[in-house]
Amino acid sequence: MLAATETADIIRRVSEVLIDELKLEDVSPESFDPDIDLVDEVGIDSMDLATVALVLQDEYGIRIDEDDYPKLTTVRFIAEYIHNKRP
Amino acid sequence: MKTVSSLLNPEWHARYKRIAKLNIRSSIYDVTNKCNLRCKGCFFFSSDEHKVASEENDIHKWEHFIDKEKQRGVNLAILIGGEPTLYLDRVEAFYRQLPTFCATNGLIKVPRDRFPGMMVGISLWGDEADEKVLRGKDTFRISSRNYQGDPHTYYLYTITPKQIGKIERIIKKIKDVGLKVHMQLLSNDEGVDGFSWTPEELEAVCKEMDDVLDRYPETVVSCKYYHQVITTGMMLGREFGWQECPSVTKPMDHRDPQPKRLIEFIRWASDLNTMHRCCTSETRDCSTCKDGAAHMSWVMVNKRAHMRSSRDLQNWIEVYEMFAKLYQFIPW
Repeated sequence: MLAATETADIIRRVSEVLIDELKLEDVSPESFDPDIDLVDEVGIDSMDLATVALVLQDEYGIRIDEDDYPKLTTVRFIAEYIHNKRP
Repeated sequence: MKTVSSLLNPEWHARYKRIAKLNIRSSIYDVTNKCNLRCKGCFFFSSDEHKVASEENDIHKWEHFIDKEKQRGVNLAILIGGEPTLYLDRVEAFYRQLPTFCATNGLIKVPRDRFPGMMVGISLWGDEADEKVLRGKDTFRISSRNYQGDPHTYYLYTITPKQIGKIERIIKKIKDVGLKVHMQLLSNDEGVDGFSWTPEELEAVCKEMDDVLDRYPETVVSCKYYHQVITTGMMLGREFGWQECPSVTKPMDHRDPQPKRLIEFIRWASDLNTMHRCCTSETRDCSTCKDGAAHMSWVMVNKRAHMRSSRDLQNWIEVYEMFAKLYQFIPW
């Protein structure tokens, strides 16, 4: 249960970072669908992802390996990735 | 929030998905400082780039360098020069390790038994008369004989103001030898008389490029949005220039704010150590630069900016597809 709550918090924070860093319009962290495909639907590219990854790395004290970018296709996957990598 | 599927019908969305995850990471390599031509207007020699570094002659050092480039994440090696085909062992070292594009003047034929699938781009600067003025000889006569019907070769036709009204004839010549063509515009680095663009000429050439694309869609690899961007220097109300260019060598890019750019892009000199500032001449005025790849990349790295409307996103897709075809990430 704790893990689920923690993941939900990370999902919300990842959504916030995405919206802020990429200046996404007409969407809030609450309304951001965590399962929407970030490349196929939101239109982000690898440079966008690198920008977001930098912020999340600092914030969560983890390293997001560039080789892992292709797996980070949704906010939920990013949140789970962070959850699993956190000390 | 605007999403891709809200802007595209299923057909366009399928085209988008085909390219959206390609993650092309290119870098450019001067294979040699030598060339078998001296062309007026060639940025490499006009800005003395051939003198900035003495080229590495040890092929093992090239192989080691290419290994490191691959580890750096490069997945497209764009070989320029000088004339790369003067050193086929270096070209082969790239070709064995990475998807490789080789720019050439076409005077030396790349042996297809050694390089069966390598994309070759042959430079062409106009008709017979202009080629003689700018390059000293009619290279098309030789290059078309070397590469006739080659499925992995296209002409990179650099259009000059003197070509206005004559473009279709060139396209037909290329079609007749069974090759494809991509068009870009001359940036007159040397100030050669009569080869600098006026706004009226740019408008005229845009129309002419659109026209040959309509008439020869199987031969011309291009799209109208690219013609618009390269002739106007404008994209989505923004003006091309130093602060917008995506093709600046990463370790030399200290711009603030940082624009959208090619990830980890470097243009290496042939000593395998020196870096050039960008994909073309450091002495060029960025505000009048007409480099085709830089303008294509400018569009490509600004995908989300093109998510304003269906037409804008379709324009982005067409430019990305054009680039992906020219470097063999998708078929013609």
